[in-house]
Amino acid sequence: MKTLDVFQLLFFTGVLIVCSLPLGLYIKKVFCREATLFDFILKPVEKFIYRLMGINADAQMRWTQYAFALLSFNIAGGILLYLLLRLQNLLPLNPGSFSGMSPDLAFNTAISFVTNTNWQAYAGESTLGYLAQMAGLTVQNFLSAATGIAVAIALMRSFSGKESGTIGNFWFDATRSVLWILLPLSLIFSIVFVWQGVPQNFNKPVSIKTLEGVEQSIPQGPVASQEAIKIIGTNGGGFFNANSAHPYENPTPLASFLQVFAILIIPAALCTTFGKMMKDRRHGLVLLGAMLLLFITGVCLVTHFENAGNPEIAKILHRTSVPQMEGKEVRFGIGASSLYSVVTTSASCGAVNSMHDSFTPLSGMILMLNIGIGEIIFGGVGAGFYGIILFALLTVFIAGLMVGRTPEYLGKKIEAFEIKMVMLGVLVIPVLVLILTALSVSIDPGKAGISNPGPHGLSQVLYAYLSASGNNGSAFAGLSANTFFYNLLLGLTMLIGRFGVIIPVIAIAGAIASKKIVPVSNGTFPTTGIMFAGLLTIIILMVGALTFFPVLSLAPVAEHLKMMNGVLY
Amino acid sequence: MKESSKKQKRIFSSELIRPAITASFKKLDPRWMIKNPVMFIVEIGSVLVTYQFLKTMLAGNLNEGLFTLQITLWLWFTVLFSNFAEAMAEGRGKAQADALRKTRTETFAKKKTGEIIEQIPATQLRKDDICICEPGDIIPGDGEVIEGIASVDESAITGESAPVIRESGGDRSAVTGGTKVLSDRIVIRITSNPGETFIDKMIRLVEGAKRQKTPNELALTILLSGLTIVFVIVVATLQPFAIYSGTSVSITSLIALLVCLIPTTIGGLLSAIGIAGIDRVMQHNVLAMSGRSVEASGDVNTLLLDKTGTITLGNRQAVEFIPMPGVEELQLADAAQFSSLPDETPEGRSIVVLAKEKYGLRGRVMQDHEIRFIPFSANTRISGVDYNGRSIRKGAAEAIIKYVQAKNRPIPKELDGVVSGIAQAGGTPLVVVENDKILGAIYLKDVVKGGIKERFDQLRKMGIKTVMITGDNPLTARSIAAEAGVDDFLAEATPESKMKLIRQEQSDGKLVAMAGDGTNDAPALAQADVGLAMHSGTMAAKEAGNMIDLDSNPTKLIEIVEIGKQLLMTRGALTTFSIANDLAKYFAIIPAIFAAAFPELGLLNIMHLHSPQSAIISAVIFNALIIIALIPIALRGVAYLPLKAEALLLRNILIYGVGGIIVPFAGIKLIDIIITGIKLVP
Repeated sequence: MKTLDVFQLLFFTGVLIVCSLPLGLYIKKVFCREATLFDFILKPVEKFIYRLMGINADAQMRWTQYAFALLSFNIAGGILLYLLLRLQNLLPLNPGSFSGMSPDLAFNTAISFVTNTNWQAYAGESTLGYLAQMAGLTVQNFLSAATGIAVAIALMRSFSGKESGTIGNFWFDATRSVLWILLPLSLIFSIVFVWQGVPQNFNKPVSIKTLEGVEQSIPQGPVASQEAIKIIGTNGGGFFNANSAHPYENPTPLASFLQVFAILIIPAALCTTFGKMMKDRRHGLVLLGAMLLLFITGVCLVTHFENAGNPEIAKILHRTSVPQMEGKEVRFGIGASSLYSVVTTSASCGAVNSMHDSFTPLSGMILMLNIGIGEIIFGGVGAGFYGIILFALLTVFIAGLMVGRTPEYLGKKIEAFEIKMVMLGVLVIPVLVLILTALSVSIDPGKAGISNPGPHGLSQVLYAYLSASGNNGSAFAGLSANTFFYNLLLGLTMLIGRFGVIIPVIAIAGAIASKKIVPVSNGTFPTTGIMFAGLLTIIILMVGALTFFPVLSLAPVAEHLKMMNGVLY
Repeated sequence: MKESSKKQKRIFSSELIRPAITASFKKLDPRWMIKNPVMFIVEIGSVLVTYQFLKTMLAGNLNEGLFTLQITLWLWFTVLFSNFAEAMAEGRGKAQADALRKTRTETFAKKKTGEIIEQIPATQLRKDDICICEPGDIIPGDGEVIEGIASVDESAITGESAPVIRESGGDRSAVTGGTKVLSDRIVIRITSNPGETFIDKMIRLVEGAKRQKTPNELALTILLSGLTIVFVIVVATLQPFAIYSGTSVSITSLIALLVCLIPTTIGGLLSAIGIAGIDRVMQHNVLAMSGRSVEASGDVNTLLLDKTGTITLGNRQAVEFIPMPGVEELQLADAAQFSSLPDETPEGRSIVVLAKEKYGLRGRVMQDHEIRFIPFSANTRISGVDYNGRSIRKGAAEAIIKYVQAKNRPIPKELDGVVSGIAQAGGTPLVVVENDKILGAIYLKDVVKGGIKERFDQLRKMGIKTVMITGDNPLTARSIAAEAGVDDFLAEATPESKMKLIRQEQSDGKLVAMAGDGTNDAPALAQADVGLAMHSGTMAAKEAGNMIDLDSNPTKLIEIVEIGKQLLMTRGALTTFSIANDLAKYFAIIPAIFAAAFPELGLLNIMHLHSPQSAIISAVIFNALIIIALIPIALRGVAYLPLKAEALLLRNILIYGVGGIIVPFAGIKLIDIIITGIKLVP
């Protein structure tokens, strides 16, 4: 790593930690109904929404009721979005006069945005009008992020609850997430992005004559507003096909830095919220510590592999190493691209400022592992938090026995039901990914999408399913995924990858909430110290490594070893 | 303790091994195997590979056949080793059960109906039948003495050869079927039907026939099954990936990989660990009614310990005579000794001994007809002696004061100070009065057991709070509590206050363990998470508790807690070890099965195993042998040290986590060297 890269990483991490603390405290206040700065304006809005929808936000829900509310909310949102996408040609604000989406693509896209994945099997600027982008995609960007935060908050609440059996109110959690957290942050970042040069208008594409004399049509639109929530809500769905590599989405290195910052800020802050809710900050810090450890390792490795590049090319140029610049913006270079790639894969965001398909094989493997271990290195807003709690429960269960007590986390006993749900939540991603990848590389409709042969092709398919099941949304773009086969399978993968985790998590919250709190003693498994952070990290890596070792050795590892022998794909 | 250490059999003794080997084959029955999902998968794998072997042999492919044969054998060994571990754990209980069964054979009962007494086989007895037992009779069933008193030999159950007294009424009325009346005649009412007696229960318990998975074992099984499912998918999808990559993997290699990856080590030993845990409790002469209670004892936060017999020696000892002003110490000692001569209680004896040692007073001739002893009565709480015009009484301070006041004699004003002084120091004052004149007080002291304070320190380090339960007043209790080093005490305890304490602790989320024997302990025993009933206690207490101490020694609660912790630690340690092992197995097998398609992956062969075939066989052999190697740990439990959780965790992680990563690298390499050395593989 170059000095500048090291400095960038340290500076970035520092700013992130410092800013996440006050935000975490603020989030805690929002959900514990404590006074905040924005109450004077938001409380009337909140009340109005509840009255309009006929919601009793004070009603405490059992986990089944909570799950039902959450699912019906998401299903309704999904159907609405599907209709918007299919019928956009009949609706206003469509200056590009785009036709309605095909059924399979609309199915895939609707699920993609409802599940906070934002996998895009289409090019935004040439497919979607402004109404679909704003009232469809951007709205779901807010709602899917709010869903994630709500689940995280419900889970936190369950740990502090004493034999209550209820985990809060979904409508309250979701409404407050949007009004108090996502909207203010989006507003701030939209304005910053406009200042940095991101367009925000309803204009038609501009036609210009390039220097070469060719006619070019440059699309624009309400980009800044969608950009802000795309980042803050770890959604990642770009206005343009090139996503944050496009100058209109990500014009400057400062904008790029702010984007990676904004991607991680809520997930990082939720750790503080958790600590505050548990009345012991260390519980949150331990999770943050484990996340940071994995994150920093990832950034260092990717930056290293990208700087090292392909030795064959270096040989030809008679240099020791040539950085891998294919697929990267020269505006950003290796350092910022590597950082962005690790952030976006860690955080289940999926926005990209460089093309992951072109990274060196081992970097690609790190990115895949970031997703494959369950999107828990910060992870999606809310999703990352409840994801890492699943691993914390697993760690406590396996290692906790070694102190001679039945496992407990934060005073709650972890028993058969919780472990069943933890296993469901943790294993749904590897199982989905392995089965569907194996299927796709075995039959023709699957193999048809692969653009590069050999191990790299396997990586392309593997990455697609990882991205979909982890609700990430980024891609090894070489795969042509807008086919009926991939739209359908990836759509289902996103759906199961999202709710196959959320439902078990809510079930765990329900079970945990109804348990007694065992007081801490000398004999209690310590879940606040460095040792726990270390164990948690090891368990996360073990689960990831054990499930993906074989397929990764046939894909990126094999590709890397071939590359070292001068064979490229 | 000596008794129990004698019972500690060697782990591998030949009389246990032979039946265990037979049992491991019997357990291959799929209906049995399916209870253990991990090993069931291994069995299915073994069948598939056996089929592969037959196929290759029929095809005449000798080289491939030899390889498949070895894998086949080692996979079957893996299943058998796991069955063997379980059979070994069960075997120790079985031996004990056989001994118990002998006591149950063909006894006859003298059944009494009205005035008629008839001889019937004990098996025909029903609940509420009345029986008569005379010296030499085997008591035909569990019952309650309703008439008479007898000494009974209970060694068949407790292993304790000294006879015990059983009498009607009170807390010593319960008798157990299979024990033998030594003297006197008792009438008993049968309290359980045949097949439900204590011995029947004991046999079932030690045999583990009704063994159910404990809650934690169940949760762990779910975790292991989850991992197994994932590995099945990992291995099953490997074939399509291999085919995409232009190669293919033989079924044999895939199954070998699968068996190596799934957590066979812990899966194979899990039930053995549980059975061994109950068995270890048994070796302390404690019967655990379920594995659940052993597990719960590892979680105990609060230990309620009776003062007497647990924290202090069962009896108080006289340490000082404190005379009233104007009374010679010798005079007091003489009176005290004289009145205590017939007193057979340890307290009485200690008074005699103290007077003898300190003042040289000897025992006197007792045959005199004039001598009249007044035995202790619960009513007056006074005992004494009348002899030759001397009338000596001794008893609790209040009782003596009442006695003296009734005769309108003065109470020395110093008495109050002396009495409360003794009480504050944690002692019991006995006041002595001769011819209605108060001579002084005897200081009876509770003697705290040696080493008990250190024991409590250890418990505190483990995060367990100790509460002393005593009928003493708060002053006395505080002083003894301080001397013994308990964390808290409950003075003037009644069954109600005990119950309240347990409920209160439990509502704070704590698990409570207690020991008890009386009928009035029964509700508290039932309420406690771990209730250790004394075998000498009443039937009600035994029914209420979830463990029974055959030695009737309440101190064992501490050992039981340690065994519970050890059981859980063993499970955790072997799970960690099992999962950590997988890393090395991947590095052995993955490069081996793709050696042909991706020779570059040979770089992952960091152990430099000889050939692809030897790599796979070595991993499979290691996987099977490690089960055998860990049987002693599973049966004996991992070393237990009373440490803080952090220290304990670090220690176990270093041994079983880090060790679990390193050992297989070394082990597989070693096996590889051996099998290539003896040319088992090309």
